[in-house]
Amino acid sequence: MITLTTNINSVKKFAVKREAFIYYIFLAVLVFFAILLHDTAFLSLDNFMNIVRQTAPITIMAVGLTFALAVGHIDLSIGSVVALSALVGAMLLQTTGIPIAVAGALLTGVAVGLINGVLIERLQVSSLLITLGTMGVVTGIARQISGLESVPIINSDFTAFFGAGDIFGIPSLFIWTIGIAAIAYIAMKKLAFGRHLLAVGGSPKAALAMGIKVTRIRLYALVISSAAAALAGLLYAGRLHGARYTLGEADLLTVIAAVAIGGTSLFGGRACIIGAILGSWLMGMINNGLILSGFSTNEQMIARGVILIIAVAIGVKELKNG
Amino acid sequence: MVRTALDQTAIELTNIQKSFGGVKALKNVSFKINKGEVVGLLGDNGAGKSTLVRCISGIHQPDSGEIKVNNQAVNIASPLDAREVGIETVFQDLAMVPEFDISANLFLNREIKHKNPILRALGWLDTKAMDKRAKKALNRLNSRIPSYKEAIHNLSGGQRQAVAIARAVNWGADIVIMDEPTAALGVEQSAQVNELINVISSQGVAVLLISHNMQHVVETCDRAVVLYQGQSVADVSISDVSKEDLVGLITGATTQAA
Ligand SMILES: Nc1ncnc2c1ncn2[C@@H]1O[C@H](COP(=O)(O)OP(=O)(O)OP(=O)(O)O)[C@@H](O)[C@H]1O
Ligand SMILES: [Mg+2]
Repeated sequence: MITLTTNINSVKKFAVKREAFIYYIFLAVLVFFAILLHDTAFLSLDNFMNIVRQTAPITIMAVGLTFALAVGHIDLSIGSVVALSALVGAMLLQTTGIPIAVAGALLTGVAVGLINGVLIERLQVSSLLITLGTMGVVTGIARQISGLESVPIINSDFTAFFGAGDIFGIPSLFIWTIGIAAIAYIAMKKLAFGRHLLAVGGSPKAALAMGIKVTRIRLYALVISSAAAALAGLLYAGRLHGARYTLGEADLLTVIAAVAIGGTSLFGGRACIIGAILGSWLMGMINNGLILSGFSTNEQMIARGVILIIAVAIGVKELKNG
Repeated sequence: MVRTALDQTAIELTNIQKSFGGVKALKNVSFKINKGEVVGLLGDNGAGKSTLVRCISGIHQPDSGEIKVNNQAVNIASPLDAREVGIETVFQDLAMVPEFDISANLFLNREIKHKNPILRALGWLDTKAMDKRAKKALNRLNSRIPSYKEAIHNLSGGQRQAVAIARAVNWGADIVIMDEPTAALGVEQSAQVNELINVISSQGVAVLLISHNMQHVVETCDRAVVLYQGQSVADVSISDVSKEDLVGLITGATTQAA
């Protein structure tokens, strides 16, 4: 009995540690760069708002991917959806207004999510392989429809609303980040929907036996992940005043690293929205710090890879400790 | 020990048949359970016990035959249908999410929603109300469980079994089906589960208990139904038979005209 209680306590402590891990590492990296870059503007509110704005698309993709991971799926197609939806939005803006362009871009994301979900369920193949396939297809379509050319956006209302400007004096990217984060947090933590997502990821058999519509929940999760990527595409397009087939190309690794280090299990059943947000800000802060320290893009890429491996190593260790 | 004072039929199965491709898993299975009665469902590996349970709990559909609950024919097309007519199943693997706490598992897919109609429409959870009822449900079974906030993976096998039974009873089930509830348990924990079965049957719940453990069957059941290669070959009162008789019926060494 005594050994049982100590066991329970140590398991609990470990679980608490895992969820809180992102806070410690965030703080550690912050302090590290603050000391290293003490003679720069790193430690200023301006720079932080800058990081938040810069990472907004990553943050929103990370939040979306958290839903897919919660049910035990991975979604590798998100980077390619960023490019395609941004292109669809930008091209529609040349002939129509904002509502249709935005709807078109978001529907592109929804459609890819639905295709991912239906293929996974129908073919009973892992999400890893299916979304790897759709990633290739979607990237190909993006290259095809754009002819490898950039599509400029001159609609200034669009660019102000999606990224470049302010809404009520607050940077629009900041509002998007906080808004999406709040909705996702509530959906995951407070609503029956989030509980069902986690049940499906934690124990599909139990979820099924309790009458949860497992297939449908998995489909929703993939649609959310893909739609979030489409929104990220719009934010990129707004910020850059145009779209290009390369958008989001290098984001997949960053997003997965951000989500994993934020405490979401890569194997389903545990999701942490706040962790995903802090994780993406951490990635942004590291990029920002590395740039200010004079590191190259290649070196930043290596740093991201190392962080992902660390995050995954922690996740796997925890899975074994079980 | 006879608990059939009410002597009203809780569930009646007539000529249930189920095939998987060429395999006839169930051939004309018929029996009934009265309210407050504990019936053991016995049979060798592959005799069809789990298949029958799945037909009653809505996971499989029988190819033919009739299920009557409280003397009314019912169509059980899904696990939710089974619940609606008052049948709860404690599955072999218990059907619980290990990472969730007891309260979340007790209310899985039957969450209590917030009182505010707008929040309710969104599916906003009323965690406090669920915790309160979880506490009550556990108390009702006098089970030795530390706290309704404990995650399932921190519980012992017996405690998990108790939670699974609590969940079934919590939903006001009239019929509780248990697939080998003590298979993975030690002596003391098995005794606790037996005690729980006694508690719920004394509350008028009909129990269908699958077990390979003759001692367990003799201790807890009022009657036993034996399946042999998909057929119900015996329906006997426990007080009329010995453990050896039951084993003979299970292996097909002896036969009894039902
Ligand atoms: N989903 C299925 N598909 C095909 N055959 C099945 C399926 N489920 C059960 N069977 C077959 O039906 C027969 C009865 O199996 P069932 O699982 O009901 O036996 P059981 O009495 O529960 O056995 P055990 O004591 O080993 O649990 C077996 O021959 C089995 O192979
Ligand atoms: Mg079985």
